[in-house]
Amino acid sequence: MRLLTHNFLASNVKGVSTGYPLALEVAKTSIKEVELNVDFLRGILPKIDWRALFAATSAAGFPELLAAEQPPEAELFAEGAAAVEGSAIRRLHHALLEIHVEEGTLVCPDSGRSFPILKGVPNMLLHEDEVRH
Amino acid sequence: MPRPEVQAPPEIFYNESEARKYTTSSRIIEIQARISERALELLALPDDGVPKMLLDIGCGSGLSGETLTEHGHHWIGCDISQSMLDVALERETEGDLLLADMGEGLGLRPGVMDGAISISAVQWLCNADKSSHEPRLRLKAFFGSLYRCLARGARAVLQFYADNVKQTEMLVSFAMKAGFAGGVVIDWPHSSKAKKSYLVLTCGTSSVASLPKGKGENGEMCSSDDDGDDDESNDDQTVGTYGRNRSNKRQKVNKKNGRGKDWLLRKKEQMRKRGRDVPADTKYTGRKRKTRF
Repeated sequence: MRLLTHNFLASNVKGVSTGYPLALEVAKTSIKEVELNVDFLRGILPKIDWRALFAATSAAGFPELLAAEQPPEAELFAEGAAAVEGSAIRRLHHALLEIHVEEGTLVCPDSGRSFPILKGVPNMLLHEDEVRH
Repeated sequence: MPRPEVQAPPEIFYNESEARKYTTSSRIIEIQARISERALELLALPDDGVPKMLLDIGCGSGLSGETLTEHGHHWIGCDISQSMLDVALERETEGDLLLADMGEGLGLRPGVMDGAISISAVQWLCNADKSSHEPRLRLKAFFGSLYRCLARGARAVLQFYADNVKQTEMLVSFAMKAGFAGGVVIDWPHSSKAKKSYLVLTCGTSSVASLPKGKGENGEMCSSDDDGDDDESNDDQTVGTYGRNRSNKRQKVNKKNGRGKDWLLRKKEQMRKRGRDVPADTKYTGRKRKTRF
């Protein structure tokens, strides 16, 4: 599971109002390189919850990767920044798409319910009494 | 063989052997690829070359996701069958996978997805596989959460196999109740095998008139080598028409040609040659009898 997906996931347990962000406990990660696409990042940035992403990168063992506050867009999408090693956009790309959580747990912030991640696949199945309908 | 929906719940039906069968059969792979290609076409994403974030509901072993990857999009897939997801992991699909039940509602933040596709999955929602399952509530939860997680103006294309008209109506009515606009597009409606139904839904307001047309609605037939990308040329091809009308026409024509005076004389000549006792040819030969006779 990439951290981008983690950023979109919310807990769906009955009685939980927001269920976001899910706390991440990481046992094992892997890195898979993906080609950087500036347009994709520009489109996806408004949908990213930066605090949740920062917390996730820290939990995954990369506390220095991102700034605690979202850098201004002018800095992120500066001309030629994508080609510079270690630039803000490079680091954002690495955090969103290249870090994979292989083993770990997702914990709902409201109910404390935990969802195990096995082989990179989070198990979001609910028990019968947790389904909200 | 009855459809899988009537045999067992999805997480049990798609066990290890069934999942493997599903992904090693070249026929299934081809059909899945073709349906996904068409679903992506119906999704009508802006043609600007920017990768989108898509959701694949009931992604299974990631066959449909592969089509999305080929088009350069990122995707998140969810499925209820662990065995199918295991095969997807083995195939090293590009998208992220979730083990989740769509009938419990999709656990995603609002407005994050640029589109959603689903290949042969939503009909499962019409079944009650456990005592706690209530299809109406599950449909409501599914369409409600799908509507929430899509961005405004985004589309969802859900290909499904309905048992009967009632099931289609049920799916459509729950989609409308959730706030979607859209309807059902049917490709190849006259063919029992190639017929495919797509629920094309738009998040937010959109006129129903903009619903795309299904393929093969004019009675043209689906040829097996028909790909998604040669639709335009399809209309120019000589297409087969249905047998009943054509053979009737031919029969009529034959009757007219065969039963004249010439035909009768020819037949009589033939019989004479065989040594039969044939009446002589006169001016009355081959004439119609008077009615009073």
